[in-house]
Amino acid sequence: MFPIRLDNVRFAPNGRPVLAGVDLTLGGDGISVLLGPNGSGKTVLMRLVAGLQVPDSGSIDWGGAAAPGDAVAMLFQAPMLIRASVAANVALGLRMLGLSRAERDRRVAAVLGRVGLADRSADSARLLSGGEIQRLALARAWAMRPRLLLLDEPTASLDPTATEAVERIVREIRTEGTKIFLSTHNLAQAMRIADDIVFIAAGRIGEQAPAARFFARPQSSEARLFIQGELPWRISFPT
Amino acid sequence: MAQTLLDALALLGDLQHDLLAIVLLSVTVSGLAVVFATLIGLPLGAWVAVSRFCGRSAAIVALNSMMGLPSVVVGVVVYLALSRTGPLGTLGLLFTPSAMVIAQTLLTAPLIAALTRQIVEDAWRGYAIELRLMRYSRWHSMSLLLYDCRYSLLVAVLAGLGRAMSEVGAVMIVGGNIYGFTRVMTTTIALETSKGDLPLAIALGVVLMTVVVGLNSSALVLSRWAMRRYG
Repeated sequence: MFPIRLDNVRFAPNGRPVLAGVDLTLGGDGISVLLGPNGSGKTVLMRLVAGLQVPDSGSIDWGGAAAPGDAVAMLFQAPMLIRASVAANVALGLRMLGLSRAERDRRVAAVLGRVGLADRSADSARLLSGGEIQRLALARAWAMRPRLLLLDEPTASLDPTATEAVERIVREIRTEGTKIFLSTHNLAQAMRIADDIVFIAAGRIGEQAPAARFFARPQSSEARLFIQGELPWRISFPT
Repeated sequence: MAQTLLDALALLGDLQHDLLAIVLLSVTVSGLAVVFATLIGLPLGAWVAVSRFCGRSAAIVALNSMMGLPSVVVGVVVYLALSRTGPLGTLGLLFTPSAMVIAQTLLTAPLIAALTRQIVEDAWRGYAIELRLMRYSRWHSMSLLLYDCRYSLLVAVLAGLGRAMSEVGAVMIVGGNIYGFTRVMTTTIALETSKGDLPLAIALGVVLMTVVVGLNSSALVLSRWAMRRYG
């Protein structure tokens, strides 16, 4: 599956360019953070890497394969929750893996324990708090033991405590050999969690660098402005 | 008028055997029809909801249009199919409760399918991408969505039951309204009203309304419980 290579990828639904010639290589280790302002094309890029969408032009190569394969999981800002228990929602991800019922139950119990939801396993998933829902979704992805885990702004609507819990779980998943690709517009979060940064602005990759170097010496002017809190992408309203 | 109502209440109080037999046959015919219609309508509606095929929009329009299918039209079609010279005439089902079940199944299945399609498609829009990532097949997605929407789908099934229990045209045509054999509440109400025997018609109307209101009340209680339990 790795390295994942995007070569001059363009994506323009209904003629509106979202990605305008993206070149990117993702290795198989660590946490890569896709950093950029809202509307810069982060979600679309994540979906392309997950194989959920096809670029209008350019190519994507997953370690020599034309498709990402089975070892991909993705966490969305608003995860899908069916009207069932927490444990049943975690088990959803395991149903298609051909595991025995006993193995599924074992994995569900194990990941719920690791995300701190063991005591909520019989509760209804839809009655959880926002932070608990994201932990449930992480548990569902983790139980699948993916090689690549894509996280699309997983803490966008969470308070600092819930955010810290999610970040702790993400780091733990990484230690088990899962490559993490996380999108955020939150600079502080990127600093806390990233091994390397992919900076995106206006549908183009502005810079890809190890996190320490990116924050100390950003190479692109867009990245420098973003880090300094300047807003060249300020939304203008008609007057 | 007051005397008619008093007579109707007296009939209900007596619970005469005839009245009970008519009520029992109505509930049995409509109940069986809705069971069969549910077995057809739920998977059909879910399949249309999650599938993409040529002519899908036309299929949805057809399904929605069939919600308003006139019961007499269904009655005539089933009559022609089951009549002695029809394609299913050898089965000898015309003017039997089985024919009434067939007619009501054909009448309610499109209604349940159309409502199921709408309910499941709304859920599918939010789930499709994640289910695809989890490698759910179309069949597994349908099963999961039907399970997840089970409390909303109960309303679709109840709508089907309401339609089956309240229709008169189809069962009159294919059942023949034979006393003690195919006479149900709606056909009895129509007949007794035309004869001027209003007390029996009103008594059956009260029973019919009680059954329908009772079922809908149960559905409301269940859906409220489900909302509290599952969110």
